[in-house]
Amino acid sequence: MSETEITLDAGHAAALEPSPYALQSKKLTMWLFIISDAITFGAILFGYAYLRIGTPNWSTPFHFSPNIVNGLIMTFVLLSSSLTMLAADAAAKQGRKSSCLKWLGATVVLGIVFATLHLREWSHMFEEGWSLSTNPLGGSVQFGATFFSITGLHLMHVISGIIALIVIAIGYNTDWLDAGHVETTGLYWHFVDLVWMFVFPLLYLMNVAR
Amino acid sequence: MHETSASHAAHQHTAPTSFIRKHVFSLDHKVIGKQYYGLALLAVFIGMGLSWLMRLHLGWPAWPIPLLDKLSAVGAPSGVMTPEYYLSLMTMHGTIMVFFVLTNAPFAAFGNYFLPIQIGAEDMAFPRFNMMSFWTTFMAFLVMMAAFFVTDGPPISGWTAYAPLSAVGGDAGPGLKVGQTLWAISIAIFCIGSLLGALNFIATTLDLRTKGMSLARMPYCSWAWFVTSVIALLAFAVLLPACILLILDRTAGTSFFIPAGLVLSDKLQPHSGGSPLLWQHLFWFFGHPEVYIAILPSIGIVCHILPVFARKPLLGPRATVGCMIAIGFLSYMVWGHHMFVSGMNPFSATLFSVPTLFITVPATILTLLLLGSVYGAKMRFTSASLFCLGFISVFISGGISGFFLAQPSIDIYLHATYFVVAHFHFVMAVASLFGVFAGTYFWFPKMTGRMMNEALGKLHFWLTFIGVYAIFMPMHYLGLAGNVRRYSAFVDDYLIPLIPVHKFITIAALLTGAAQFIFLFNLIWSRFKGPIASENPWEATSLEWSTATPPPFDNFGGKHMVVYNGPNEYGVESRDGKDFIMQTSPEKAPAS
Repeated sequence: MSETEITLDAGHAAALEPSPYALQSKKLTMWLFIISDAITFGAILFGYAYLRIGTPNWSTPFHFSPNIVNGLIMTFVLLSSSLTMLAADAAAKQGRKSSCLKWLGATVVLGIVFATLHLREWSHMFEEGWSLSTNPLGGSVQFGATFFSITGLHLMHVISGIIALIVIAIGYNTDWLDAGHVETTGLYWHFVDLVWMFVFPLLYLMNVAR
Repeated sequence: MHETSASHAAHQHTAPTSFIRKHVFSLDHKVIGKQYYGLALLAVFIGMGLSWLMRLHLGWPAWPIPLLDKLSAVGAPSGVMTPEYYLSLMTMHGTIMVFFVLTNAPFAAFGNYFLPIQIGAEDMAFPRFNMMSFWTTFMAFLVMMAAFFVTDGPPISGWTAYAPLSAVGGDAGPGLKVGQTLWAISIAIFCIGSLLGALNFIATTLDLRTKGMSLARMPYCSWAWFVTSVIALLAFAVLLPACILLILDRTAGTSFFIPAGLVLSDKLQPHSGGSPLLWQHLFWFFGHPEVYIAILPSIGIVCHILPVFARKPLLGPRATVGCMIAIGFLSYMVWGHHMFVSGMNPFSATLFSVPTLFITVPATILTLLLLGSVYGAKMRFTSASLFCLGFISVFISGGISGFFLAQPSIDIYLHATYFVVAHFHFVMAVASLFGVFAGTYFWFPKMTGRMMNEALGKLHFWLTFIGVYAIFMPMHYLGLAGNVRRYSAFVDDYLIPLIPVHKFITIAALLTGAAQFIFLFNLIWSRFKGPIASENPWEATSLEWSTATPPPFDNFGGKHMVVYNGPNEYGVESRDGKDFIMQTSPEKAPAS
């Protein structure tokens, strides 16, 4: 068999078949994770639509002020954080380390602002009597159940993203991680943003009191 | 491609030496594959034990079963199980078999061990993820087993956990307090482990193929594992939120799956406004693809093994892969065929029926290609090839009943009868397990360095093959006679004449189950006493047979394989006078 095998000292890559997508494994896997996670959100939003269509006494509790205004600010903050993430990614690609760290820091701060605004909104709603299983307006309890579980799932993603960004920033600073890691985490962060662009109209704008 | 060199350099790990890193928390895909196999083996014997208990009770409902009262004093006082405990055992049988056996054995176990070797990689793309997926799955198994030991026993809602039964608390029956919550948590954990595994499989297949291993030259079981991991990536992503919503219904007072005004045990349930049908939609959107997660790897294994023993190339290799992809794609459009009698709009039943019948087209093409591949062959009858032929047989037998069940008008009559039990056991459970048996007899020499005993293997095949027909064939007649499933005893007038058939099935099940101990004995005995296996005992072409037996830690002993041929070069005349050409042989295969 020896004639059929070759030994390569020049590294492994030359021994590999080119990937059909020419992506490195980490980035490919992040895209796959995003597809999978998108389906998770798709399923839970399908559940929301299904329950909402089947519920005649659905409550629409939001008012333009303060709920929608607050939601718009949150949207603005999260979208801005995507811009700062792009800047961090660009800086990392060009090897401008301190600039990248600054932009990562800005992204983390914007993420924390989003989470804080979100939790503040939640606590106001809890005070009004909303919860996963109660409705102070007397209509169906499904609004609270779907609102808190879906925004909760999204918030969990935001918080995981913040933690990931901090870890990446530390790792990048100490040269343990490289620009590829910044880019891959950026993909996740943009995805979490994109999900919010579905959550905001479906759960906020569609639940404005008439 | 330049970026990949950095990430691959990270895989150049050295073999660990401590016992824990080598055998317990190992990053080696071969050890992880064996761990999955061991877990599946443990699970399948537990699941089989449960089916024995159920069958004994169905045949002789009044007989006390020794020691059963020790397992559950409430569920089986003095050894005779209550109807509710029968349902508990049935739930656990289904759950254990579908998740921990049929998903783990053909896909996670063999896939982990052989996918990297078959494509010429040193390990999976993410060895650490790989270890995590096994231990996550193991944790899910422990949580599931814990349900046996809580006071009111395992849940009674079946492996499908239909709401509202699964979503309300203990008022609805035993096992629905803690047991059902444990079930939901276990399955949620299992989803996470499977998702991690699927990501890893896809990345490995796309990124780590060795030079010359183009997608067209990949062995068919690697293709099957690849398609299966794509299915798993999308399917478990839906079951996970469904389980989270179920857990919220059970613990946080929500009513996603529970309708208003539900009265159980004379108590109005504090829930309102949800939809039990929503659970069915979410569950079956996962559940139907899950059927293909169970069967596709076995189809792949059979497509891989059969040509080796037929000494003929597989007929239509491209069509085979195309059919696997078509089956994977169609599996997402048919979930509603499990819900024909659930109260969906009858028009949607037609909508789900048509793609269901469509699936039979690629499935039939696959079967015909397999049959065509053995047509006129000088078969080498080994245990592995017998189980491949057995696979074709049970796949056809189970598939044909699918034609009937796919049509709503017939399904309304047959739904929830033993006809359905016979159908899915044949086409999903037995067929998939036959693939696992074939894979075991085929790959055992590579995995352990020793051959299995062929005489015992053939005895095991014939007893199992005849046994499964004796068990499941009569169930079709029971179903046609209107025998409903999930009954723990048959007391209605129209069912009493059917009891002798049940007794026959019970005896067949006990004997067939006992035959599995021959397999277990063979496995353990051959592991230590079997004759030493050579590098390529079956004269097969794929990469796992180009390396040492058993493969070294980095699979190819530091060499990088180069692939020149497809896996299908059987029945040719090679330069050295053999009738096959290895994938790694630079010899050009003659154009056929």
